[in-house]
Amino acid sequence: MDMAVSEQILPGNQVSGSSALPVDARPLAIEARGLVKSFDGTRAVDGVDISVPEGAIYGILGPNGAGKTTTLRMLLGIIDPDEGVRRVFGNDRPHEIGCLIGYLPEERGLYPAMKCVEAIAFMGALRGLSLKEGRKRAGELLERHGLGYAADRQIRQLSKGMAQTVQLLGTLVHNPRLVVLDEPFSGLDAINQGKLELMIRALAEDGVTVIFSTHVIHHAERLCEGVAIIAGGKVPYAGSVEAARDRIPAQVRLETRAREGAWLAALPRDTRRNGDFFQFPLPETGVEPLLRQLIEGEAGILSLSIERAGLHDAFVAIAGEAAARQLEADNQEPRA
Amino acid sequence: MSDTSTMRPRLSSLEAAWVIARRDFVAVLFSRAFLFFLLGPLFPVLVGGLAGAIGGEVQREAVSVEIGLAMSAEDNAAMLGAGERLAPQLGGVLPSLREVPEAASDPAFDAQTFLEARRGNYAAIVTGSLAAPELVGTAGQLRRWEGSVSLLAGHAMQAEPTVFPRVTDAVVTTSAASERSTRIQTAQIAQMLLFLLTMLLAGMVLSNLVEEKANKIIEILAAAIPMDAVFTGKLFAMLGVSFVGIGVWGLAAYGLWSIGSDAIIASSGFDIARLPAPAVGWPLFMVLGVVYFAMAYLLLGALFLTIGAMANTVREVQTLSMPVTMMQLMVFFLAAYTIKQPGSGLEMAAIAFPLSSPFAMLARAAMEPQLWTHALALVWQGLAVLALVKGGSLLFRKRVMKSGGAGRVKTSRFARRTPVSVEPAE
Repeated sequence: MDMAVSEQILPGNQVSGSSALPVDARPLAIEARGLVKSFDGTRAVDGVDISVPEGAIYGILGPNGAGKTTTLRMLLGIIDPDEGVRRVFGNDRPHEIGCLIGYLPEERGLYPAMKCVEAIAFMGALRGLSLKEGRKRAGELLERHGLGYAADRQIRQLSKGMAQTVQLLGTLVHNPRLVVLDEPFSGLDAINQGKLELMIRALAEDGVTVIFSTHVIHHAERLCEGVAIIAGGKVPYAGSVEAARDRIPAQVRLETRAREGAWLAALPRDTRRNGDFFQFPLPETGVEPLLRQLIEGEAGILSLSIERAGLHDAFVAIAGEAAARQLEADNQEPRA
Repeated sequence: MSDTSTMRPRLSSLEAAWVIARRDFVAVLFSRAFLFFLLGPLFPVLVGGLAGAIGGEVQREAVSVEIGLAMSAEDNAAMLGAGERLAPQLGGVLPSLREVPEAASDPAFDAQTFLEARRGNYAAIVTGSLAAPELVGTAGQLRRWEGSVSLLAGHAMQAEPTVFPRVTDAVVTTSAASERSTRIQTAQIAQMLLFLLTMLLAGMVLSNLVEEKANKIIEILAAAIPMDAVFTGKLFAMLGVSFVGIGVWGLAAYGLWSIGSDAIIASSGFDIARLPAPAVGWPLFMVLGVVYFAMAYLLLGALFLTIGAMANTVREVQTLSMPVTMMQLMVFFLAAYTIKQPGSGLEMAAIAFPLSSPFAMLARAAMEPQLWTHALALVWQGLAVLALVKGGSLLFRKRVMKSGGAGRVKTSRFARRTPVSVEPAE
């Protein structure tokens, strides 16, 4: 196993989830160690380690073909790893606790002839809910999400977005403790993506653990407490989003009235000039000594901002330029 | 979200299979396609007609045309000699003759008792003398062979006979040959019915699985419950649908028979009321028929599901299922052929091979009264179903749920990928 980083416990932010508990006191909802899976001699997943505390929102971030879906399928017990172990709520046979899990696969699928209510109730029945209770909850969920009018419509009569919402509701109808979403934002318009983000946050506020895969960095950055960056079947980073961002020093962006002057010598050596702006990493000593020198040198500060590195920058640094380029290319292409 | 503390962690395998079976059963039964499916038997009727012709040929071969000789040794030899002389001209008309060894060794041999005890496999036995032969057999056999025996006895007495001795008859109620001959008819009809229903209905499982793959639902099912339970549920749902179909067709056939039985008998010569009773009796035979249908269906269905598991596209499914269909035809013909060879190695092979076992055993139920063999066969067939379901689900998990790869290099001992070098975060 050649994974570089594996954090047992997520440090840093408490964006959401069961924050009443200290982060390091939470038990693990998912624990995977050294997962390996090969298909026809090709290693699709190569030594993945992931630890997801209960109540966290966790993202698996990587370009298409990186091994996200295979990793999720192993975590769920759909396929077995060739090597390594995975435990969900401490159980190494995920089907044994199938009723505690909700799963939305990347390739959405519903029975076209089924009515919405029946489709949701059936998905609940697969996870241990009685059909009667499933129908009742399905009706309530559809009403709550503005689809009450479509309860008795067949799936084939729905738009793609509506069908995706129905499937998501089917994933949640049995009130799972762990929700696994494979590329949940794919195929949704901006409005529905926003709604989905709200739903994910609401789940975490109720103490539900949410793990989702994505190739869109912004979703992971906005939602996740922890991420696993996956590229080429390996996980070079798994940990908190904050820690990932902190690996790149904050950038200072400075605009001055004066173009030349002795004050230029005060700027760090790796300063880049970008039009009217100077950009450089935040010095270890902080910005105050530099500010003093700029003022004394009459640089004429027009603006100065300190910008923390984003997850995108962290991704580039961790996964490499090639993976970052592929990720960007994936985001350009409309997905099926 | 509401409270989840009362939730069970998982469904049992039976409960999981029930969820799948209930959905599939209702979905198929209330679909428009089911109406077309009910019309399906019209096509197999044509195939059945063709296969029935082959069955008739088998029956003709299987019915004994051997006449036993229980006369004096000289008379027996003369009869055999006459048979050999006449064979070039009348070979297809005359029965084959064979001395009855029991008669030669037992001076008190009684042909009537011998046949009624279902010993030997003779159509009839000739006793008496050449001048006054006595033919012992069932009424039908006597009618059939009386003239031939008279002809043979005449030629046995002199090379160019001018008169032929009168053959006296001794009617026995039944004989092994007679019983076998008539029960073969029941066995063949039962086998044919079983085969047609199985072929017609088992394909539904395959189309059902293909539909799930096309709809991309299969991953949701595979994530929620074990694939064994998915396969089992699908098999039993389609079995349930099959029973509904059989019920509908049975009612339709009963209605048709009630209305036009006279016309059917007159035109086809087939009267179901005169069908020979099977060896185990009609009630048990019907029960065994249902059970063997279920087994044949589950076996073939499980095989089709395994094919579905191996295939990634509808085209692959079609390609892979053709050899199985052909194989099923062959095992049916094997089982049909072994009717005339009870106790032979071939019959044992047909019973042992899971796919032909239900057919061979149903025929056995028509021919032989023992019941323990059925219990044993059913256990064996059940194990085969379990093995096929397990194998199919394993294949499914191995072959279908693939993703990733994305063109990465294959691992080999000659090439290793460069590990990603990233500094630890903490």
